[in-house]
Amino acid sequence: MSEHATVAVDTTASLADVAPVRGPRWYAGRDATMIYILLAFLAYAALSIPRFASPVTTGFLLLDVVPTLLIAMPMTLIIVTGEIDLSVASIAGLSSAVLGVAWASGAGIWVSIGLALGVGLLAGIFNGVLIAYVGLPSLAVTIGTLALFRGLALVVIGDNAVANFPKEITALASAKLGTSGIPLVILPVAAVVLVFGLVLHHTAFGRGLYAMGYSKDAAHFVGINVGNSKFWLYVASGLVSAAAGVFWTLRYTSARSDNASGLELTVIAAVLLGGVSIFGGKGSVPGVLAGVLLIGSLNYALRLGRVSDVVLVTVTGLLLIASVIAPSISAAVGRWRHSQRLRRHLAQDQGAEPG
Amino acid sequence: MSIPRTTHTKRVGALTATLAAAALALSACAGGGAAPAGSEGASGSAKADATITFIPKQLNNPYTDVVLGGGKTAATAAGFATANVVGPLEASASSQVTFINAETQAGTNAIVIAANDPDAVCSALDEARTAGAKIVAFDSDTNPECRDVFISQVVAKDVALIQTKLISEQIGGAGEIAILSATANATNQNEWIKFMEEELKSNPDYKDIKLVAKVYGDDDDAKSFQEAQGLMQAHPNLKGIISPTTVGIAATARYLSTSQYKGKVALTGLGLPNEMRSFVKDGTVSEFALWDPAQLGEVAAYAAKALVDGTITGAVGDKFTAGDLGERTIEDGGIVIVGPPTVFNKDNIDDYDF
Repeated sequence: MSEHATVAVDTTASLADVAPVRGPRWYAGRDATMIYILLAFLAYAALSIPRFASPVTTGFLLLDVVPTLLIAMPMTLIIVTGEIDLSVASIAGLSSAVLGVAWASGAGIWVSIGLALGVGLLAGIFNGVLIAYVGLPSLAVTIGTLALFRGLALVVIGDNAVANFPKEITALASAKLGTSGIPLVILPVAAVVLVFGLVLHHTAFGRGLYAMGYSKDAAHFVGINVGNSKFWLYVASGLVSAAAGVFWTLRYTSARSDNASGLELTVIAAVLLGGVSIFGGKGSVPGVLAGVLLIGSLNYALRLGRVSDVVLVTVTGLLLIASVIAPSISAAVGRWRHSQRLRRHLAQDQGAEPG
Repeated sequence: MSIPRTTHTKRVGALTATLAAAALALSACAGGGAAPAGSEGASGSAKADATITFIPKQLNNPYTDVVLGGGKTAATAAGFATANVVGPLEASASSQVTFINAETQAGTNAIVIAANDPDAVCSALDEARTAGAKIVAFDSDTNPECRDVFISQVVAKDVALIQTKLISEQIGGAGEIAILSATANATNQNEWIKFMEEELKSNPDYKDIKLVAKVYGDDDDAKSFQEAQGLMQAHPNLKGIISPTTVGIAATARYLSTSQYKGKVALTGLGLPNEMRSFVKDGTVSEFALWDPAQLGEVAAYAAKALVDGTITGAVGDKFTAGDLGERTIEDGGIVIVGPPTVFNKDNIDDYDF
């Protein structure tokens, strides 16, 4: 017995000495893999799908992914902490309804946009208080508010649609930068992505979110204010979702209560595809950026190739499942290789001694 | 335990890679030699390789399938080289926009669309027109500024008049009749009923016909069945029933066919051939009407071809020939009426499958 114990201690020491555990290099990590897949797909599409490689694609594709990309940012941070927000698309719908009704009742366009954003902020605060301070599970709360906010949107605007927004403003929502095809709106969106990226990866607050994803109790004991962190995430999510709703309304020149319905699932799919673990604790903003762009360009390429939407939904679903399974497989392979190494070292240390 | 592993270097690296990806995507786009999407569609004369794309409200809907079936067949007959159908799985306001965008870029010459929202599709359709595509709205109109023509099913008044005419023929021009409608606040039903009442009052041919009851089956099969039963009990002298709803006419026919009134009380209205076939064959119903959804697709396809060829511009008064259906004229507001409803009886009902 005692011999075995000694052997175990020796093994740990020798492993640390002989084969230090190295983290994956930046070019081999999971984010990087997603980026390689994205690049490979873009290259493939540009070569094999007629007309894919054109400024027109850039414009349409980027405009299509804007709402997803925006909402994916706070969603990444929320899922990293092991929580979820299912109410995002309903908040976007509610802000669209508020924007429409405010504009139709004679408020200025900027006041209306301000009101729409304010409603999103309130919705986020409502979610945040229930989840962070009342302590209810985020899944239950946001399933509830998913229905609640969509219901409120119907109360606000009913079955009507408001469409007569000022041309300058709606043109701004789909304006392109020169002949490059890049939409103007991508500049503020890039700023949002940058802010969330910096917060998650370069601040103590961001590191705290990963810690919360591993264990909320442990995070609490090392001095992270779990409640406040969660609260601010939901507030940010509400505000960004409302911004996505405003963009949606102006781009389609139509304020309706059913705008952006079902978007929460697209966002969560893109976030998971981008390498964020649904169990929390893992994931990065560059990975999610690649995930969103991959889903967006895949959709666009299939539409350009006139592939039926039925196939498209199936492909996206399979991709998502594959992306969730892949890390498990690579983790299993990693464990297997680790145990092989362990056995080899054990065998060396013990020599020919029987076990 | 992998938190310490996610080093700063890795983040910066990944970010750099993403930027590289974006840069590549953009340079691919900027450098791409793709011709502007519109260059193909811009020419005015008849084209041998023209393409047409149908964008329905949503895919996999039985009614839509009949419309699209007619449209695709007619598109080939009209001279389009390829006819495509693309569309969303759910009928939401903005879901059609990405399809319009992709079709714009694919350089399709004509887009035939049933809009889920008249305004949400507008800016996308504008871009498609700038790129050279002709826009035909059908079934459900877009904002008139965003399309060249709108193909409308039927005129409400025609639908009403044909039903009064059919019931008058079937009861020999005299006697009590009743109407079994859908819901009391259905806009289209009420519009038809209003026209029917006006016609019964104003047309001397119908002076001996008396409308004794209007009942509502709420487009519910069981409720319509009970209402039909109730009508017969409340009005023993009833000679005929008009049911301007496919659910109502089928339920009423089902009741009549098993009752003593079969063949004695006339029934007409708007019905689906597939639902009414057995009742027409067993003599419960002699004639009923409905527009033929396939004709909607057909007229739309021929209108699209005429627009692409430049033989019409969408101006009021323009005329084009819609194959076997004959000549159609563009009326006020850029609207083309498909035509009067089709009347089905035991001679022609087997020709229709919808």
